[in-house]
Amino acid sequence: MTLAIVLGCSAVLLALGPVAVTLGCSAAARRLVYSASMVVSAVSLTAAITHLLRAGAPEITTLPVGVPWLGAHLRIDALAAFFLVVVDLGAMSASLFALGYARHETAPERVLPFYPAFLAAMTLVVLADDAFTYLLSWEFMSLTSWAMVMAHHRVAENMRAGYVYLVMASFGTLALLLAFGVLAGPDGLYAFAQMREAHPSSVLGALVLILALIGAGSKAGLVPLHVWLPLAHPAAPSHVSALMSGVMTKVAVYGFVRIVFDLAGGPAWWWSILVLAFAGVTTVMGVLYALMQHDLKRLLAYHTVENIGIIFIGLGLSLAFKAHGMQFAAALALTAALLHVFNHLLFKSILFFGAGAVLTATGERDMEHLGGLIHRMPQTAFVFLVGCVAISALPPLNGFVSEWLTLQAILLSPQIPSWGLKLLVPAVGALLALSAALAAACFVKVYGVTFLGRPRTPAVEAATETDVCSLAAMALLASLCLLAGILPGLFIDALAPVSSALIGAHMPAQSGSQWLSIVPIAASRSSYDGLLVFLFMIISGTLAAFAIHRLASDRLRRAPAWDCGYPDASPATQYSATSFAQPIRRVFGTVVFRAREQGFMPPPGDTRPARLMVELRDPVWDAIYAPIGVGVGVAADRLNRLQFLTIRQFLSLVFGALVILLLVLAIWT
Amino acid sequence: MILDVTVQGVQMLLVLFLAPLFTGFVRKVKARLLRRQGPPLIQPYRDLARLMRKDVVLAESASWLFRVIPYLIFAATWVAASLVPTFRTGLLFSWSADLIAIIALLGSARFFLALAGLDVGTSFGGIGSSREVMIASLAEPAMIMIVFTLALIAGSTQLSTMAAFMASSEVGLRVSLGLALIALMMVAIAENGRIPVDNPATHLELTMVHEAMVLEYSGRHLALNELSASLKLILYVSVIACLFAPWSLRPAGAELPALAVGISAYAGKLAVGGFLLALFETSIAKMRVFRVPEFLGAALMLGLLATLLRFVSRSF
Repeated sequence: MTLAIVLGCSAVLLALGPVAVTLGCSAAARRLVYSASMVVSAVSLTAAITHLLRAGAPEITTLPVGVPWLGAHLRIDALAAFFLVVVDLGAMSASLFALGYARHETAPERVLPFYPAFLAAMTLVVLADDAFTYLLSWEFMSLTSWAMVMAHHRVAENMRAGYVYLVMASFGTLALLLAFGVLAGPDGLYAFAQMREAHPSSVLGALVLILALIGAGSKAGLVPLHVWLPLAHPAAPSHVSALMSGVMTKVAVYGFVRIVFDLAGGPAWWWSILVLAFAGVTTVMGVLYALMQHDLKRLLAYHTVENIGIIFIGLGLSLAFKAHGMQFAAALALTAALLHVFNHLLFKSILFFGAGAVLTATGERDMEHLGGLIHRMPQTAFVFLVGCVAISALPPLNGFVSEWLTLQAILLSPQIPSWGLKLLVPAVGALLALSAALAAACFVKVYGVTFLGRPRTPAVEAATETDVCSLAAMALLASLCLLAGILPGLFIDALAPVSSALIGAHMPAQSGSQWLSIVPIAASRSSYDGLLVFLFMIISGTLAAFAIHRLASDRLRRAPAWDCGYPDASPATQYSATSFAQPIRRVFGTVVFRAREQGFMPPPGDTRPARLMVELRDPVWDAIYAPIGVGVGVAADRLNRLQFLTIRQFLSLVFGALVILLLVLAIWT
Repeated sequence: MILDVTVQGVQMLLVLFLAPLFTGFVRKVKARLLRRQGPPLIQPYRDLARLMRKDVVLAESASWLFRVIPYLIFAATWVAASLVPTFRTGLLFSWSADLIAIIALLGSARFFLALAGLDVGTSFGGIGSSREVMIASLAEPAMIMIVFTLALIAGSTQLSTMAAFMASSEVGLRVSLGLALIALMMVAIAENGRIPVDNPATHLELTMVHEAMVLEYSGRHLALNELSASLKLILYVSVIACLFAPWSLRPAGAELPALAVGISAYAGKLAVGGFLLALFETSIAKMRVFRVPEFLGAALMLGLLATLLRFVSRSF
């Protein structure tokens, strides 16, 4: 039943694109596409939530499309239902936001036809139950999102983004194709059900893990495969950026979980070392990159890289526990990772929506030209603040809960017998804590420079509050952030069927515990109650305010800023994003990015302004991608000679290739 | 049950009312060590009362957030301070936030304080905020590493359980405990903006961090910020006391006379802690700002080393 509803919704979404084209991508088409996408996603969301909460049995169906002898296998189980909730919630809020935001779109004909198809493609990836359907939907998802990245294709930056995205997406799909090829084995068992039965050998299982890490990791944004992400995500219209950052990266996480936890059989102990090492580097590098940015949307995209790292830390820990037969600890780590998947969807969507609202109100993405928007856009400023607090992992909001659970999982890991993990896990814990603190620093910068202070340009001075639909979408997600922060037990319980299916155990039920607190293992060990903390803070804050206003003074008057007696009238003297990051750039950036600052101070009498130049190098690009680019160039130059061969040489080349291939085949068998 | 509620209430009021006294005590000891008379012990209370009665002079460019933030910071710090066992373990609500959550609550307070520094749009506020987040970006992971070490020794992140374990004879002398104690003291100094990281007694110096962020505050808002800073100081001293000096910490269910002993022991621990802090502060010079990362980096490394030792062997 659920599967039928969800498939029906996908069919409607697929049909919407052509409808938009026939309507000429007019205003009516825009309203139709986004409102229909919203309704359809809401229906599909309801179905998925129901399936997850009822812990329904897996539903399977086969459609007569695709490869003739195979058909398209589709299946919804607990894992798929959970990621369907993520996809549909993201899609629903993005469509609601777009109802207002997309009025300002200058090229609707380049977004509207692809938007519903993108949503349908993500749904189908999650539902796919054979390799062919999976890869087809995966490629469809990549291509539709690529089309929207290229919506404003005349901007040189976007052209480069689209090119890098296309190359990296093809590379990722190639890795996944090979992973499925290894899983399918010589018999060509392309259905997931058959792969589950097959139990690959340990060497092949390891190969599958590496390929899945590359394939899914490149889509999710694991360092060093993340290079396309901060280019492509900001280039798309903001509701699509939110979907790509909040949802599409999660579909990649789904791919990794499906292949590694479900299809590849029992993990070897060293698998987790690989995953944890990549994840730890990703978390810290992601947030350090973000701190160096002053383009609002690009900064948010880099932050997605950080959060993907946190999710993969949870997944890596879960693999480690699973390999050593510690089922309950594995369930705890997996639940932490999946909860972070959900939480990141909520706050990252708010932040991208907020960036979109700022973009339409001011025409600026560069934080150095913003400032003081809390006076012009008070409601947007409020929901954006909720998003900032949540992503910085601060109580009582939701980001803290999932990081707290991950830390609790780390505290269980000394029981793991293997030495490599004993040394790696504390280091990963330190990296996680470091990234959480740096994330808070980064979002002080984002919020402080964009929304607080004084306006830096006339465009910001003239900004007005955004429309109702955009606000409603952000408010919906912000209230979910609060709900998931103060009642995390509900969300943890909803994840129990997923970890039961993948690990064979789940966290203890939280709904019965005292005052709705969460207790991962035992009450004497650790517990956290977001609801009580939230209530205590509200009560003590209002109590203090009431007592002071009543008993002491409630008078207030406005005066010019004090600033040690020398306030400067020019808003240019405020701290900017670059100057705010300067101490951190000096501490971390000189090592990681080889940051160099060059000051230019004109001599007395010279009227030129003083300047400070900051130079940063991207270590990943310099170390990996630049040499590859050079290598491809050199190889292409060498191979260029092949264009100018005579017909005889061509024929002998073809003949030689044929002979070699036949020889290889003869020796192989 | 009624006793539990009372104890929790006493705990909340105790830290709230002792906090300014403790700050005054540290100031007094510092002054005496410098052969000065120093302000009377109750001077912080007088300052608070005077500030509370004054008008708030608010900068023209300040937003509503600037006015809400002192209450938010106070609420977060007070809730955190109320959950640290001072004279009795097993507080009524101690299970609602473990040590990680308490640290994170202080993190929330810091996040909002740093935002307040940027709100008016002056360069002094910005410099304070940007340095504060730089210091926090190293102090917080160091603190988490310390929590890891202690949690792995005590088998819990719940402060009450940890304190009870530390008071028992199972603990013994351990290398990792020593490393954690040193690191915790370094973090506490940095987090509270004490010398050598920041100087709480100065204004208008380019080295200042905390005072720069609250520069635009006045009246009751400033009073709340000062009270929150005092609460944070007493919170850190209480955490160190309850983990590393858990003597006379009464178990849950103790009767009134025993609790009185607990409270007086707590007062004694505060006096010792305040004296040591003042002694340390008078005997060392303030560091340059960019020496602070090295100081805190050392704390982080000590914490990481202590955690690694616990991962490697249960006997360290």
